[in-house]
Amino acid sequence: MAAPALEIEGLGHSFGERRVLEDVSLTVKAGSFTALLGVNGAGKTTLFNLVTRLYDAREGRIAVCGHDIKRAPEAALGRLGVVFQSRALDPNLTVAQNFLYQGALHGLPREEARSRGAALMAGMGLHDAMETKLRALSGGQARRAEIAAALLHRPRLLLSDEATAGLDIQARAALVENMHRLTAEEGVGVLWATHLVDEILPQDLVIALHKGRVVARDSAAAIAGEGSLADAFLALTGAAEAAAE
Amino acid sequence: MTEPLEETQDTAAWEAEGWRGWARCAGGIIWREGLRFLQQKERFLSALVRPLVWLFIFAAGFRAVLGLSIIEPYETYVLYEVYVVPGLCAMIQLFQGMQSSLSMVYDRETGAMRSMLISPYPRWFLLFSKLLASTAVSTLQVYAFLAIAWAWGIEPPRLGFLAVLPALILSGMMLGAIGLFLSSTVRQLENFAGVMNFVIFPMFFASSALYPLWRIKEGSPLLYDIARTNPFTHAVELVRHALYLKHNPDALAVVILAGIAFFGAAVWAYDPARGVMARRRG
Repeated sequence: MAAPALEIEGLGHSFGERRVLEDVSLTVKAGSFTALLGVNGAGKTTLFNLVTRLYDAREGRIAVCGHDIKRAPEAALGRLGVVFQSRALDPNLTVAQNFLYQGALHGLPREEARSRGAALMAGMGLHDAMETKLRALSGGQARRAEIAAALLHRPRLLLSDEATAGLDIQARAALVENMHRLTAEEGVGVLWATHLVDEILPQDLVIALHKGRVVARDSAAAIAGEGSLADAFLALTGAAEAAAE
Repeated sequence: MTEPLEETQDTAAWEAEGWRGWARCAGGIIWREGLRFLQQKERFLSALVRPLVWLFIFAAGFRAVLGLSIIEPYETYVLYEVYVVPGLCAMIQLFQGMQSSLSMVYDRETGAMRSMLISPYPRWFLLFSKLLASTAVSTLQVYAFLAIAWAWGIEPPRLGFLAVLPALILSGMMLGAIGLFLSSTVRQLENFAGVMNFVIFPMFFASSALYPLWRIKEGSPLLYDIARTNPFTHAVELVRHALYLKHNPDALAVVILAGIAFFGAAVWAYDPARGVMARRRG
């Protein structure tokens, strides 16, 4: 049996005295779209920093496709693609140049990085952007280029940290649709961190994170019940705060 | 948790590429640094203008004031312009090392550095590649400067241009490693001015770049001791001796050891488990 794309167990982390993650466990299956829902400051970015090994987790375990991030970081990171909240591509380089660089970081030959990047861009509706400098692209186009860059090396897990930040509603909808399509076509497990409930489809698995704790884990439809996902999330986070007090 | 670790559906790209992948990764980092440098023409010009101002103006002015006796590696009395050229070569490398460090702080602030740090290749290898990239750029700058100095009449032995290459690589890597370590300790771009005041200027002025050590000793024994222990002094002397086809084993040893020490400190600082990255909020 293939290992899940991402498996996190009992993850905890503190910055000094401040506790930011507490006993977080979650699984992202291969080829599935999982939304990590939480307000700003819920601990989503810290969770991503630990999964990408920007720094090591002090408690708990993280495995990407079965590879422990601490014991086998190279194997784990090689199967991981990340779309960061802030722009990670160089705005002064063309899209193609950025792809060559990103591909090189994963050991890809230049021709492969270029052709794969062009195919991914075309798949997202950007056929003629390869020789355009990143700074000349719109926010939505640049975001799609970031996603293409994250998928160049055919990762089995894609992490997206508030990838729609700063985009208008149409661009956001198009990006989310693209992500769902890629999940199905490429068989990539996606963990999509967001605080915007309108980016989540009813069938998506939702992990609600609040003040560093998982407060719900189910399909969006099941969490929403009779009402809306937004109301259900507010009720959950309110209940979590009341319990904490 | 899957235990023991199960094999995945396929092999990651970097695993399939083997040693070629490692070479491509290092090559990609060097290529990007070079591309960035070429795109910033003002950076290239300012990198050249700085030592040229020292050579054309400062050195011309001080020629009459600073007489030099015959010292290693020179075999005769030399003009001050001749003396100061190796120091200016090392100055180019010092500033390039800091420039590279500055760009790493900028990349860290904007998030661009993360794409490098999530590469599957070991972090020491990524930092070493970054060091190679910075050294390659500074070496090109030094050769451009030496060409202009040659046109100005400062003519070391022709073979010296070849002999100085290994010295430039070693000193460039040592100074780049200092920059790399500093980039891990500087929290914000705004704090980088402090690096200029507390690192670059003291390193440059308390060295043999502008005046020979025996001159410094005459003026201040304390400053002489500081200059003697300053790794930048040894970088200057390594370049000076190599340019004039002489060997300076002391300088070579200090440059190599200091380079290893600073690179080790940088690797430690960027280590996900132990260094400053682990203590800094993401």
